[in-house]
Amino acid sequence: MREHHDVVIVGGGPAGLAAAVATKDAGVEDVVVLERDAKLGGILNQCIHNGFGLHTFNEELTGPEYALRYVDQVAERGITCLLNTMVVDISGDRVVTAVNPDRGVFTMDAGAVVLAMGCRERPRGALNIPGFRPAGIYTAGTAQRLVNIEGQMPGRNVVILGSGDIGLIMARRMTLEGAKVHCVAELMPYSGGLKRNIVQCLDDFGIPLLLSHTVTCIEGKRRVEAVWVSEVDERMQPIPGTEIRYPCDTLLLSVGLLPENELSRGAGVTLSPITRGPIVDDSLQTNVQGVFACGNVLHVHDLVDYVSQEAATAGACAAQFVREGCAPAGRTVAVEASGGVRYTVPSCVDPNRMAAKQVVRFRVGDVYRDRYVSVYVDDVRVSHRKKRVMAPGEMEEVVLKRSDLEARPQASRVLVTLEEV
Amino acid sequence: MSATTRELTCINCPLGCLLTVTLANGEVTAVTGNTCKRGDTYARKEIANPTRIVTTSVPVDGSATERMLSVKTERDIPKGEIFNVMTVLRKTRATAPVEVGDVIVPNVCNTGVDVVATRRA
Amino acid sequence: MYDVVIVGAGVSGCATARELARTNACICVVEREEDVCCGTSKANSAIVHAGFDAQTGSLMAKLNVEGNALMWELAEKLDFAVRRCGSLVVCTSEEGIEGLNELLERGRANGVPDLRIVYRDELVQMEPNISDTAVAALWAPSAGIVDAFGLNIALAENAAQNGTEFRFNVPVENLQRREDGTWDVCLGDGERLHTRCVVNAAGVFSDTIHNMACEEKIRIIPRKGEYLLLDTTAGSHVSHTIFMLPTKMGKGVLVSPTVHGNLLVGPTATDVDDPEATNTTREGLAEVASKCALTVANVPLREVITSFAGLRAHQAGHEFIIGMPDDAPGFVDCAAIESPGLTSCPAVGKMVADIVKDYLSLEMKPEGEWVDRREGIPLLEGAPIEQWAELAKQDKAYGNVICRCRHVTEAQILSAIHRPLGARSLDGVKRRVTAGMGRCQGGFCSPKIMELLERELGLEPKEITKCGPGSELLVEEGGERRA
Repeated sequence: MREHHDVVIVGGGPAGLAAAVATKDAGVEDVVVLERDAKLGGILNQCIHNGFGLHTFNEELTGPEYALRYVDQVAERGITCLLNTMVVDISGDRVVTAVNPDRGVFTMDAGAVVLAMGCRERPRGALNIPGFRPAGIYTAGTAQRLVNIEGQMPGRNVVILGSGDIGLIMARRMTLEGAKVHCVAELMPYSGGLKRNIVQCLDDFGIPLLLSHTVTCIEGKRRVEAVWVSEVDERMQPIPGTEIRYPCDTLLLSVGLLPENELSRGAGVTLSPITRGPIVDDSLQTNVQGVFACGNVLHVHDLVDYVSQEAATAGACAAQFVREGCAPAGRTVAVEASGGVRYTVPSCVDPNRMAAKQVVRFRVGDVYRDRYVSVYVDDVRVSHRKKRVMAPGEMEEVVLKRSDLEARPQASRVLVTLEEV
Repeated sequence: MSATTRELTCINCPLGCLLTVTLANGEVTAVTGNTCKRGDTYARKEIANPTRIVTTSVPVDGSATERMLSVKTERDIPKGEIFNVMTVLRKTRATAPVEVGDVIVPNVCNTGVDVVATRRA
Repeated sequence: MYDVVIVGAGVSGCATARELARTNACICVVEREEDVCCGTSKANSAIVHAGFDAQTGSLMAKLNVEGNALMWELAEKLDFAVRRCGSLVVCTSEEGIEGLNELLERGRANGVPDLRIVYRDELVQMEPNISDTAVAALWAPSAGIVDAFGLNIALAENAAQNGTEFRFNVPVENLQRREDGTWDVCLGDGERLHTRCVVNAAGVFSDTIHNMACEEKIRIIPRKGEYLLLDTTAGSHVSHTIFMLPTKMGKGVLVSPTVHGNLLVGPTATDVDDPEATNTTREGLAEVASKCALTVANVPLREVITSFAGLRAHQAGHEFIIGMPDDAPGFVDCAAIESPGLTSCPAVGKMVADIVKDYLSLEMKPEGEWVDRREGIPLLEGAPIEQWAELAKQDKAYGNVICRCRHVTEAQILSAIHRPLGARSLDGVKRRVTAGMGRCQGGFCSPKIMELLERELGLEPKEITKCGPGSELLVEEGGERRA
């Protein structure tokens, strides 16, 4: 007979670890975490800067410290974690195939699966930046690993494209290690990173942030020799005559993160074209029964604290699924996004099952000032909250009350939208 | 001495208010541009005594799992000391075993702040 | 003294070397780059053309059809990936059908088997994503796709197995003919190789090499082709190689599956001066992105993972230049090998080798003294899981996944590094086992592969390169931090 585990968690980063803890705490003993790296903690291990955990632990931790809190919790609970273990397939009926050096290729049946594979960085190729393909072009995360984990320096003279938080963090990191960071160019008219990072990673070191700019050419046949940066117009097209040539040896890219859903796709999980993550209900279950998703594989987060919260929900719901089996099909109410809201997680709720105060997370598509975030149940507005500013780089949330849906048994749709003041 | 002004960006929320701080004889006399109280507090602290936590990684000898040990200043240090601290840390090596919180460099640059490990090695 | 020095370790040079390695000749291949397959051979459409394009009676037509016929058995012997997926030349107007018929007739005259015209209904059956405007297509079932890296590496490894010497990072600076008719090949590192015969398989530099030896000059015009490569998620968007029938409006771009499961779109055709100008351009990439829609609907361009440009060794006569010029006995051109050069290479290798054999009166090695088979490195992505399980049982390193996107393990990378003519750089590893070729483009696996190169080759971190000297990946301070 094939090996069976009640809950198999794919990924041992912040999402997987929090899901594992929650699963165990919900009374499921047989939980296994499969982690492809040699240690638990995922990307937090290389995020050695501070700023993690203010919401979860009420203190400011570095990435490795935050990870360790969960690694310790997992260890205290005696949860099995298989390291150096790469999952290569998940079937629609929850057979997980993995490979590691000790066991080779092996399979296990899972009562429930929690997808927690995280995300990857968008590579240069996805941007179609013209030019040569020399050494010296790294995603910010790869550079971060080289500097913080391997103790290597990828370059001395650096241009950074993209003002996502990793790009900003690496601007400071490279500067502290003695590199000259010439500028951070951002295609959009606003930064995708936190204000705090703009001030403390760029302003502190006099590194210019060039909004509405992009890289238009990479020079250097073997190693980067120069990078051309141009201003762009409203249609994001480079404006001729605005080129600046920066002689440099390195181009770092921080141009977006993509959920890693190749395994999910193989399992038959339906993905959202907007988040590129699974479409889930209030229990964070995908369309494939018993397969749950959380963290950056579901949608890209900016704060790890929210990843941990979301993963705890996924873990608890996976445990419930294992204990109680598939819940009888209840009423399903769609949660839809409009008017500047790009997507919501979850994208449907069951009023009989959902939390009394269901958190609905979303992102906006542009910078909005002085707008109401409104929630409608069918045509009735049930909440209305003013926000001074919202930006695509910051995840937002609204609370959907179960009572609002219980009061309207015929309602078929919840709408999250922005409204002018 | 006459009044001077400095501009800061508030970091407390995504609004990122552009703050104008008026100084007379080095003392903050006014903060404008903020939309809430936090902006005022931030500006006064940032002018009087800007501080930062410094994080980096240093090589570690004798560890089976780690090549580099991540470290941080246990508390924030004066912003002006960042590069001095880095100069020390770029010459620092640690030796395993190390626990999170172990002091790697005591009282770095006489700031009264220790540099501690943020990882096991 | 060598019998033959072959300039260039692309497919033409390596195919020639492999053929000559069956003889008693003493052979050296010299290459200006750090590895085989670094020029035109690495950046092209990787198509095994059927052979209806070239003018009937031309060398190009003959070698294309012969090369296609030889390719499949060669792939079996040398263990590189091919797939005979067939090609469709699509026309989008009724008037175009005449053009398809011309191609059909020419193809038949060239000896291309099984050609026929398919009309819209059948075309849609064959390719559900074909453009709404597609009217008919020329169907060439003998066409296919090939792992261009794999082909080139396999040819080179098999030549090396049979005693061919390879020298890398040595550009040829000059050729001098001695009075006794032998040649000195002067290399960039100062060394001179004395040889009885020189083969010019220098791709976009084949004019430079030719003109060192001959009075009658030739000129190669590097013709740039830019491509977009899409993720394997888009790999089954089409199942045949789709060409567009050229119209008055110009030439389209091809849309094709690749043997690695990706979707390839391109190329452009722009003549450039610099034979090293393998840079992509904003205009070129935009052209590819817009033109693919002429034949195939809804190409998911959001799935692009990389773009690249290659240079074809074009010459004005648009014909391969193969042979011994009258004024340079012992010097053999294998020049201007542009598309369909990749397809033709098995035939090109034989033809060039025959010229050399005749000139030097070479004798074949006795049967049993050379091997005509070579074993490749198994790829796991897309292979049956049982095969992986079996390999991982025998070798733990097959259980250690290094490149997560393409499921490449430590075992395969070690093999890539340690086999004859092994990889010495990130790109060398990539071409041999596809590590870093996937959707993250090496974001996750580069540091791990760098570490394997460092460990296995005994390199300092700062010596590790992307593609040979000058492309170092790290700067010195890093090494000092860790030292």
